[in-house]
Amino acid sequence: MIIAEKKPIEEIIKEVEEFDRLLILGCNECVTVCEAGGKKEVEILASVLRMHFIKEGKEKKIDERTLQRQCDHEYLEEIRDVIDQYDAVLSLACGVGVQFLAEKYLSTPMLPGVNTICLGANEERGVWTERCQACGECVLARTAGICPISRCAKRVLNGPCGGSSNGKCEINKDLDCAWQLIIDRLKALDRMDEYEQIASIKDWSTERAGGPRTVIREDVQV
Amino acid sequence: MSLKTSSKLEKILYTAKEQGHFAVTSECGPPRGSDPEAVTKKGALIKDYVDCVNITDNQTSMTRMCSLAACVHLKQMGIEPVLQMVTRDRNRIALQSDILGAASFDIHNILCLTGDHQSFGDCAQGQNVHDLDSMQLIQTVRHMRDEGKFLGGDDIKRPPDMFVGAAANPFADPFEIRVPRLAKKIACGVEFIQTQCIYNLDKFEEWMKRIRERGLHEKVYILAGMTPMKSAGMAKFMKNRVPGMDVPDEVIKRLAGVEKKKQSQEGIDICVEAMLRLKEVEGVAGFHVMAIEWEEKVPEIVERSGLYPRPEV
Amino acid sequence: MRLKSPTNFRIIRLPCTGKIDVIHILRAFEKGVDGVYVVGCMEGECHFTTGNFRARKRVEQAASLLDKIGVGGERVKMYNLSAADGPLAAEYAIEMDKKIRELGPSPVRMAKQNMAKAA
Repeated sequence: MIIAEKKPIEEIIKEVEEFDRLLILGCNECVTVCEAGGKKEVEILASVLRMHFIKEGKEKKIDERTLQRQCDHEYLEEIRDVIDQYDAVLSLACGVGVQFLAEKYLSTPMLPGVNTICLGANEERGVWTERCQACGECVLARTAGICPISRCAKRVLNGPCGGSSNGKCEINKDLDCAWQLIIDRLKALDRMDEYEQIASIKDWSTERAGGPRTVIREDVQV
Repeated sequence: MSLKTSSKLEKILYTAKEQGHFAVTSECGPPRGSDPEAVTKKGALIKDYVDCVNITDNQTSMTRMCSLAACVHLKQMGIEPVLQMVTRDRNRIALQSDILGAASFDIHNILCLTGDHQSFGDCAQGQNVHDLDSMQLIQTVRHMRDEGKFLGGDDIKRPPDMFVGAAANPFADPFEIRVPRLAKKIACGVEFIQTQCIYNLDKFEEWMKRIRERGLHEKVYILAGMTPMKSAGMAKFMKNRVPGMDVPDEVIKRLAGVEKKKQSQEGIDICVEAMLRLKEVEGVAGFHVMAIEWEEKVPEIVERSGLYPRPEV
Repeated sequence: MRLKSPTNFRIIRLPCTGKIDVIHILRAFEKGVDGVYVVGCMEGECHFTTGNFRARKRVEQAASLLDKIGVGGERVKMYNLSAADGPLAAEYAIEMDKKIRELGPSPVRMAKQNMAKAA
């Protein structure tokens, strides 16, 4: 899922200051799971912003709404009948949602309320960690199910680098060395002989470097 | 088998067995500025005592004069350089381009490395590249040299004439893959190895034993890394704060056992004794003496280890 | 026990402090209260095991937000005590009352009053 983090309140206040009528729009999926932009977070943010602006003597209309998700036309359409009541929308969805809104409602400024961080997993309540960099060409079959591109700070494909120490990465001793994990797993799977297979130079054109990506499935298009 | 490059280092290593000598290399860090004398002065101190000199590449991610330029300065004063190249800062276009740039100045040696993470240096907010990793860089240089082609497939006019090296750390984690990792680098085409500096001689000899068991010592030239300790404090620091470093307690005890102003000499003695011992280890083809910011001690170390004068090739 | 405790407190009873959400605390301040205090069981003695731990985290979150917008995080606090400890409950109430009086009326309340006057 997409992991996001709430933007600092000071930053949000600056973003919305100039607008008198505001809609805070949450999303019921990824940002709800990582407790950054769901219905609860919308309520809290709305309450805090109301109190802040009341104190400043600048009372604003601050409404709350949460959509199922903001990356699908059908859900974004649900606010079409109310969008003109607002001077701006503060979206707590990931960067995808904010942009999709902006493309749909051209005359309403769309503001981000969270920082989108990564694609990751929910390790435990309150801890979300990166697992995938969307490189476009998955190598997990060759690395015992552990991704060196997203979990190695240097994305070495023939690792570990010389900085691996006690199974931890040189940049942070709380960060596991991806290659140590790969080696441990290869051992557990009794496939250590695969370690010496050389991973060839990667074609990075399928990742960000190659430009924004599009997937088209003609077989499902109507 | 014959020589594959015009490298002086290769020639010395190639003739080492029959002529009974060892190769000696050393290392210089370029300045954090553009003064070439910062390089040439260090070079002058060690010129006659080593076969070639590595120039580090933005070591620990601190921005410095580029390795290529510093190598050119060394070349112009008659010292054979080893171009260290990390994959952190350059994509495959720039890597190949710099290799050709070095080759245009007839720089015949390259050391292929990954590079420390940029968060250690002065540009922690910068991007890192890692378009290739160090193993793939080894493959790239060999491809450019032996096939005479760019990675993209086109022919190279005047392919690089370079002897390809890499680093190895017998003391890094995890220990069990130290030898497979070397085997992998050899499979990628590496021709010489410089190791991380050695203080635990027993562990190093164990590593060499496992390398010999797989016959790897006959497929690659291994130069043992040596760095003299300046003080007991330095030894403790390296033991506790530098990852991948194995400093036995006896070394620290020995340094701490002499008065402070004699410790640096003791450090040099330890280094020389280690080199004399390692000369007897089968598979050790030479030494990589790293006395960073202490280059003036290299002559003494080389002389006392019985490695002076350097052979004429 | 009939003990003396301040009468300007509105008591909201819950089966467990774990039922409190951050929004409940914030809404109270939005409506103009000067302080909120949460009283839960001793840590380790929660009837529902972790309810009071969750409540503490939520109180801290609310306090942090109130600090950031200048209302004052000291206006919300969590106390832990045994359900049987009447005297301590009264003591905490007095302590909280004293502290809030020292802090003065909530800036949100003042602002709302000013706005109403100006209208």
